Amino acid sequence: MAQLILSSSPHIFTRNSTSRMMRDVLIALIPAMIAGIYFFRMKAVILIATSALSCMAIEALSQTLLKRRITVFDMSAILTGVLFAMVMPPSLPVWACIIGCVVAVGLTKQLFGGLGCNIFNPALLGRAFLMAAFPAFMTRWNLPVTLDAVTSATPLGLVKFGHNMDINYGNMIIGNIPGSLGETSGLALLSGGVYLLIKKVIDWRIPLAYFCTVFFISFVSNISSPGIYAGPLFHILAGGFLIGAIFMATDPVTTPVTKRGRWIFGFGCGLITMIIRLWGGLPEGVMYSILFMNALTPLLNRLTRSKRYGT
Amino acid sequence: MNGKDTIVPGRARTFHGGTHLPEYKEFTVDKRIRLVPASSVVSLPLSQHIGAPNVSLVKVNDHVKMGQRIGEAKAFISAPVHATVSGKVKVIKDIFNPVYGKRPAIVIENDREDTMDPLIVDKDPESLSKEDIINIVKDAGIVGMGGAAFPTHVKLNVPKEKTIDTLIINGAECEPYLTCDHRLMIEKTDEILKGAELVAKALGVKSIFIAIEKNKLGAIFIIQKALRELCKRSRHSGTEVIMLKTKYPQGGEKQLIKAVLKREVPPGKLPLDVGVVVQNVGTCFAIYQAAYHKKPLIERCMTLTGSCLKEPGNFIVRIGTSLKDVIEFSGGFKEAPEKVIIGGPMMGFTQHTLDLPIIKGVTGAIFLSKKEMKLYEETACVRCAKCVDICPVNLMPTEIMRMVKHSRWHYINELYAKDCMECGVCAYICPSRIPLVQYIKLAKAEELKRI
Repeated sequence: MAQLILSSSPHIFTRNSTSRMMRDVLIALIPAMIAGIYFFRMKAVILIATSALSCMAIEALSQTLLKRRITVFDMSAILTGVLFAMVMPPSLPVWACIIGCVVAVGLTKQLFGGLGCNIFNPALLGRAFLMAAFPAFMTRWNLPVTLDAVTSATPLGLVKFGHNMDINYGNMIIGNIPGSLGETSGLALLSGGVYLLIKKVIDWRIPLAYFCTVFFISFVSNISSPGIYAGPLFHILAGGFLIGAIFMATDPVTTPVTKRGRWIFGFGCGLITMIIRLWGGLPEGVMYSILFMNALTPLLNRLTRSKRYGT
Repeated sequence: MNGKDTIVPGRARTFHGGTHLPEYKEFTVDKRIRLVPASSVVSLPLSQHIGAPNVSLVKVNDHVKMGQRIGEAKAFISAPVHATVSGKVKVIKDIFNPVYGKRPAIVIENDREDTMDPLIVDKDPESLSKEDIINIVKDAGIVGMGGAAFPTHVKLNVPKEKTIDTLIINGAECEPYLTCDHRLMIEKTDEILKGAELVAKALGVKSIFIAIEKNKLGAIFIIQKALRELCKRSRHSGTEVIMLKTKYPQGGEKQLIKAVLKREVPPGKLPLDVGVVVQNVGTCFAIYQAAYHKKPLIERCMTLTGSCLKEPGNFIVRIGTSLKDVIEFSGGFKEAPEKVIIGGPMMGFTQHTLDLPIIKGVTGAIFLSKKEMKLYEETACVRCAKCVDICPVNLMPTEIMRMVKHSRWHYINELYAKDCMECGVCAYICPSRIPLVQYIKLAKAEELKRI
């Protein structure tokens, strides 16, 4: 008889793996990718492809330089690439996109220690960098399908700066509005979210807490000043809320590991998003709210530990 | 069976954490228990239990009878060892033991006569006193048959300051693959109930719960029927069957107490500190054998399973029989195994050889083929927190793992690694295939060093 294998218990394992979870997130993004490509045509295709390939290349390069094992095909780099492209405006120059990928994968992820060690969401920190470095590119929007450049802006911008409360909810649900590549279609993003919840890839607590907070604050503000502040349905469908709540705020690496921590995380994101949207200088607050809560995550992990069993 | 026999006893109770594992019980769940004839040689390790190892009472070439005490220890937490065949002591040497490593053992050559040296039980079993029962259990060398092999007389010897109000009989058998307790409950129902009554008497308890997982409905119905028969004959029945949700690790003492009584055993304390004692169904059966048939612990039921075997099944085996002999009796292999596990797949020990004696705590042997066996490579933790959500003892395995990796030992105290019972669900569920149990064991070892 051949040699018997020895190993430590347990000896059976779940079939689920992190690569499978990341593949599921990519599958959940397919509707949004299709919507993005439908509304923004070649610009979308170019940006998604560039971003995905650059992220993989930069990961391979960083891991080589840092003398680590090359894990480019574990799906995490390609997922970061696609998510990053989804929050980019359609007319972003390709070279700016690549710089964003360097920040997202090289700096936010690999320099902090690689997969599982980053504090901030890589796609969002890449976007924050581009916002600071190239604000002109990041605020240049296009009308869907015709791709005409618009100086007037996304629905969020129209309501806040244009004082235009004439909202077409139908367009916002399908995605026929200006915005980042992946954030426009409410329906596409929500279907991805349902898929992820069914497959138990994301924890439902963060999106729910985020949603309830945004709903509540927008509801109250709308009731008190209906001419200035739009209502909950608008805030849910507008801007990066859906893609943020479903795909960014649920990134397991950068969010708390405890149930209570996740409730607080979702609530904090909702609070800061609405503060920025209603009273801040920018029309959109999702990105900064998530990055801010990412910074609080280690503290939340410490503070929200369960009580010791039996005490 | 009439209509009343198939009524389910209320809602299934459970504890927080844990998960439903794939059961793999179809190999042996319907196989009747078969008696394996004693082999020509048995090897009886002097250490088959938690506690002080025994010292041999016999020398080479001594003639021993079946049931004769051949090893004992002076310490309180120990259990004597008995010869499981009659014959001549061939040699006393170190052999490989499935659980305790290489330890001294008494090897006896079977003379095939089975001359018995019975236990001294001079009273009718129904009129045994509390002290009588505990002495019989001690003399019989009975240990916990669920796998841990803790000396049962120590468990029954409750200190005067503690009051016990409940006895829980553990019929959960939560580990996949294993079915020996299930078959015992179906085939030796009355014996187990009688044994349970003796335990209750020894503890001075009226309230007995028999806790069985929902996947063993057959056993639940049979036991309920037997209890109803007892009631008809106007014997006491403060005994109730509790159905449990099929979830691992339901069979752990603390999880059982939480599910049945909603009490949490404080860290570092024992079940008797919350007024409960838990006993496995196999242990109850052994106690019955000792009191009613004057038989010390010389045999046990175990499951032989896995796709490598021609005929997996459940067997009653003389303690000390070589695993090789049990395999041969069952019909041998149809495929060479890649991995051999003694115990269950979640907490069992892999073995490097089949030349091992079946000792008191062996609940089963699992033979995994190359296809069934998986060895994964560890990848980066993504903090998905599945391990945190699933831990039945509220631990954070991912945090403990990180602290161990970075040697931040001062922080580990806050994470209570010593509460871990090494059930293995965290490592089972981890999508990054991180061997979390091993990291937690490292943390525990380091904590011990620093006391």
